[in-house]
Amino acid sequence: MMVVRISDDALALACGADDVAAAFDAAGCSVERVSSWGMHWLEPLAEIDGQGFGPLEPEDVPGVIGGSSAKAIGPIAEHPFIARQQRLTFMRAGLTRPLSLEDYEATGGWAALRRAHSLPPGQVVAEVIQSGLRGRGGAGFPAGIKWKTVAEAIGERKYIVCNADEGDSGTFADRMLMEGDPFALIEGMAIAAHAVGADTGYIYIRSEYPHAIRKMEAAVELAAAVVAPFQIEIRIGAGAYVCGEETSLLNSIEGRRGEVRAKPPLPAHEGLFGCPTVVNNVLTLAAVPHILTEGGAAAYAALGTGRSRGTMPIQLGGNIRHGGLFEAPFGITLGELVNDIGGGTASGRPVKAVQVGGPLGAYIHPDRFDVPFDYEAYSEAGALIGHGGVVVFDDTVSMSYMARFAFDFCAAESCGKCTPCRIGAVRGAELVERIRAGGRQADRVESLPQMHNSRKTPRAREEDIALLDDLCEVMRDGSLCALGGFTPFPVRSAVKNWPEDFT
Amino acid sequence: MSDPSRLAEIIAAHAGREGPLLPILHDVQAAFGCIDEDAEAAIADALNLSRAEVHGVVSFYHDFTAEPDPRPEVQVCRAEACQARGVEAMMAAAGEAAGDRVRLKSVYCLGLCSVGPAARAGDDLHAKLDEGALVRLVEAQ
Repeated sequence: MMVVRISDDALALACGADDVAAAFDAAGCSVERVSSWGMHWLEPLAEIDGQGFGPLEPEDVPGVIGGSSAKAIGPIAEHPFIARQQRLTFMRAGLTRPLSLEDYEATGGWAALRRAHSLPPGQVVAEVIQSGLRGRGGAGFPAGIKWKTVAEAIGERKYIVCNADEGDSGTFADRMLMEGDPFALIEGMAIAAHAVGADTGYIYIRSEYPHAIRKMEAAVELAAAVVAPFQIEIRIGAGAYVCGEETSLLNSIEGRRGEVRAKPPLPAHEGLFGCPTVVNNVLTLAAVPHILTEGGAAAYAALGTGRSRGTMPIQLGGNIRHGGLFEAPFGITLGELVNDIGGGTASGRPVKAVQVGGPLGAYIHPDRFDVPFDYEAYSEAGALIGHGGVVVFDDTVSMSYMARFAFDFCAAESCGKCTPCRIGAVRGAELVERIRAGGRQADRVESLPQMHNSRKTPRAREEDIALLDDLCEVMRDGSLCALGGFTPFPVRSAVKNWPEDFT
Repeated sequence: MSDPSRLAEIIAAHAGREGPLLPILHDVQAAFGCIDEDAEAAIADALNLSRAEVHGVVSFYHDFTAEPDPRPEVQVCRAEACQARGVEAMMAAAGEAAGDRVRLKSVYCLGLCSVGPAARAGDDLHAKLDEGALVRLVEAQ
């Protein structure tokens, strides 16, 4: 019987994978639901004996079975989009059934956990440090150092918390990992637990990801015996973007408002319920099983550039022809990602701007497409890698509109605890709107004859831009967390690179 | 008005958990379509919190509402990636199709950033929407 493999990832479902799968089933094929390859423009993508067909509609099915489909793309593994990648975190993407323990074991699953259990915890921490793995959530803090801090901290209990509150626009790698290879995350958490001496773990998943929640819940139950006595519980977010910030996330698990905590104390010293806590992103923890295999740490450290070691699952989205998940060692340039791999814009128009790192990331001009994907290089360019999301815009976008949106988003999602973020975002939105509307005119009171000291000339555009820059500086330096502190990245980069849009 | 016995069941189901408030609130919201004052009071009482503390949490999160709204909901992603793919130009028509009958909610990222504009109705996701498809989705609710 013909075996057809189709993804049951949320993105494939959104593109109609269930109808295609049903059509294959009705035609007498045996349908296996696997994880997504990450070639999103080809979803729903069907694989038969290694050959790919996509994007399919139910009416394409007879052609595919008959061997005469115009949607054939040849061997999937040799597709340039896949062949150019080096998949470590996403090594099982497209290959395994997400909730099959058998598939997981057959592809090397649990080997790293067994090996970790045979090592003293200090050795596990040392290997993670050696790998050079840095936090993939955005801050890029060395994961091994964080683990070491928690391992050495004194506490009644210790916790492993997985930050799966992937709220950044343009990012979907956490979702794909949880839906496609949930056991890898569980294995990473169990290794972390052994390394630091934790017995409980929480995975905090945003409520916008119902499919990921169901998969993770099922996977945690299936793997409970394997990771015992370590216990994992899933917690569901409630629609607050700021809960992706680690201290806000901890408050949310504790059942409080998702307000940011001042640091110090660091969560590694006083985290969940006041106990030492490792808070790591999904991608950080899912990278751990590879690192903990024999020789894995050295192999991981051999990849990448500068202080950015290993691979980064990069997410290509927005107005891009070939969007999807592209995992590659650090060092790849933005130009390669957007033009060569992504194929330029989906609309066919010229690329105007690329936002890297989510809503708090800078807008990068095509002039800077030579910047290598590397934490330090981005920082020098006034940008950030964040969670590795790349969102492409064509030339129809207004950058002042996007700057306004950045402030609006910050205003809507601010937790309200610190003033620069809570008030600054609102004032920033007003200011950008004023610049867009032609600048500030003297208002009715200022125009009164008795207002001798008020200025009689309208404020020049340069003065408004300078005011905006001041505001950005206050927000950057004065905010408690990255929400207020990084909102200036998109705003300032938009002003700097596209001043003509701010008139 | 929340049914007190059902409410008590929900609270009891989460007894003994660490940080039980959010899981309770999710279940109450799902069961009654809102978290009203009575529910807040009962939860506060059971968890030995002040009503202000519970209300503070309920009002903080977008997913919790104080009033029930039985209308069907369509969530449209309006974050940067979907904006880059043209969602904003579709919102007027979607709003007209929704009228007062359907609740059109803007959300910021459904994680379908490479195939936007995207929308969600219940647990059903929809991608690669154009204006016509979004309007049909709203009308089908």
